[in-house]
Amino acid sequence: MPVKKRKKDLNLMENLYIPEIAKGLALTFKTMFKPKVTMEYPEVKFQPPASYRGRPVLVQEESGVERCVACGLCSRVCPALAIEVRASETELEKERYPEKFEINMLRCIFCGFCEEVCPEEAIVMSKDYELVFTDREDAIYGKDKLLVPVANLKDRLEFLRNFK
Amino acid sequence: MLELFTELTGNALLGMIINSLIPLVFVIPLALFFVWLERKVSAHMQDRLGPMITGSHGWLQTFADVLKLLQKEDIIPADADRKLFTIAPILVFAGSYAAFAAIPFSSAYIGSEIDMGIFYVVAVSGLVVAGILMAGWSSNNKYSLLGAMRSVAQIISYEIPTVLVILSIVVLAGTLNLLKISEMQTAYFWNWFIFGGPEPGLIKFLLIPFMFAGFLILYISSLAEVNRTPFDIPEAESELVAGYHTEYSGMKFAMFFLSEYANMFVVSAIVSAVFFGGYQSPFGYLGNSLGISWLVPIEQFFWFTAKGIFFVFVQMWLRWTLPRLRVDQLMAVCWKYLIPYSFVNLIIIAFLELYR
Repeated sequence: MPVKKRKKDLNLMENLYIPEIAKGLALTFKTMFKPKVTMEYPEVKFQPPASYRGRPVLVQEESGVERCVACGLCSRVCPALAIEVRASETELEKERYPEKFEINMLRCIFCGFCEEVCPEEAIVMSKDYELVFTDREDAIYGKDKLLVPVANLKDRLEFLRNFK
Repeated sequence: MLELFTELTGNALLGMIINSLIPLVFVIPLALFFVWLERKVSAHMQDRLGPMITGSHGWLQTFADVLKLLQKEDIIPADADRKLFTIAPILVFAGSYAAFAAIPFSSAYIGSEIDMGIFYVVAVSGLVVAGILMAGWSSNNKYSLLGAMRSVAQIISYEIPTVLVILSIVVLAGTLNLLKISEMQTAYFWNWFIFGGPEPGLIKFLLIPFMFAGFLILYISSLAEVNRTPFDIPEAESELVAGYHTEYSGMKFAMFFLSEYANMFVVSAIVSAVFFGGYQSPFGYLGNSLGISWLVPIEQFFWFTAKGIFFVFVQMWLRWTLPRLRVDQLMAVCWKYLIPYSFVNLIIIAFLELYR
């Protein structure tokens, strides 16, 4: 960080301005040939790290059943009241499953509390940041959109095990 | 060149029209190229990429922009002075375009070889000021008016050091004719006026530092004359929206834009004509050594364009490096530093020339 100088402290070369301007020009010229950080978005997509909090999704086991046991903790903890769960019973070992699981993506603030509170690691934040909808009904994501195979969520689950 | 066109068409008027259209077909693609170059240069200096989608590295971007501007509604504000509002962009473009008439593109083409060449160019640039003031006044908008006033004050002030430096070159060259000034600096680059001019001897070496000082003064004041950063207070976005062209849209705005970039090329061409040999090659011609005489003017045209583009690039480079000056600083630079220095420079050069 260069020291801020007052006008009376400038030496002759600095008072002439021209050499100082030349220094500035040299800097911008160097910058011109440096590699750029810009990504050309629609063609090149940003690959977020495992710690990224994209849209929340439900983990779907290999058997095709969701992990969720419909305890309702996520819905309870959600500060934006975005999650709605309706529980129902099932013959499976877990005994309960969400008959209806909806996240209103217009309300979700991507805080990750639902993921933190979940005892089953059933709801996790994905890497998906491309959220587009054309009306309010489309913004309410049901189970059809929320269920994601566990294979696609491996590094987030691993991240949670290491750091949660 | 005029005679050639008159002969070809068999009509003096038609020949004149063709002769005067040549700079237009040169300057419009060039201005489009400069708009693209400005965007690319600014982007790369700021770690960005700039336009990349339309064409390879976005080279078609300005064509697309012009097409968009052509389709736009031509809005004239309700309280504007309609006549002046319409004339202003045309006048600004005419001012910058008229300057091309006396600039030698190569030894074979100059719009009009008048003996007052450089005086004419400086004088005709004054039309741009009138156009800008007209635009600012007729828009009936306080920001436009302020921008126009600033622009006029600035251009009028900075014309003085420009003319003084040009005068020192005229003292050395003994002519106002730009073609003759360029012709003098032929052969190699040490014959350019920046290196003391074509005549060898001790005086030539004594002249070099004053020539560099003169070049700096001329370049700085030419930056101010085309309203470029660090002297772009007439269109300072943070204070004046866009200055004198705030109210303009569509094709009228495009005219202002075009004439700004054409003007940049004009001042660069003058800087290169008086200090850097104009269309002259820095190291002989391929056409001369091969014995193909028609190749020489083409080479000269190439060097003229290359020098012009280089100085325009330096203008852009400065723009994206330096911050804007305050109004009082701007006037102080001109009246307290550039004008006295250029006077001293002129006197020293005149004395050296006198005792050559």
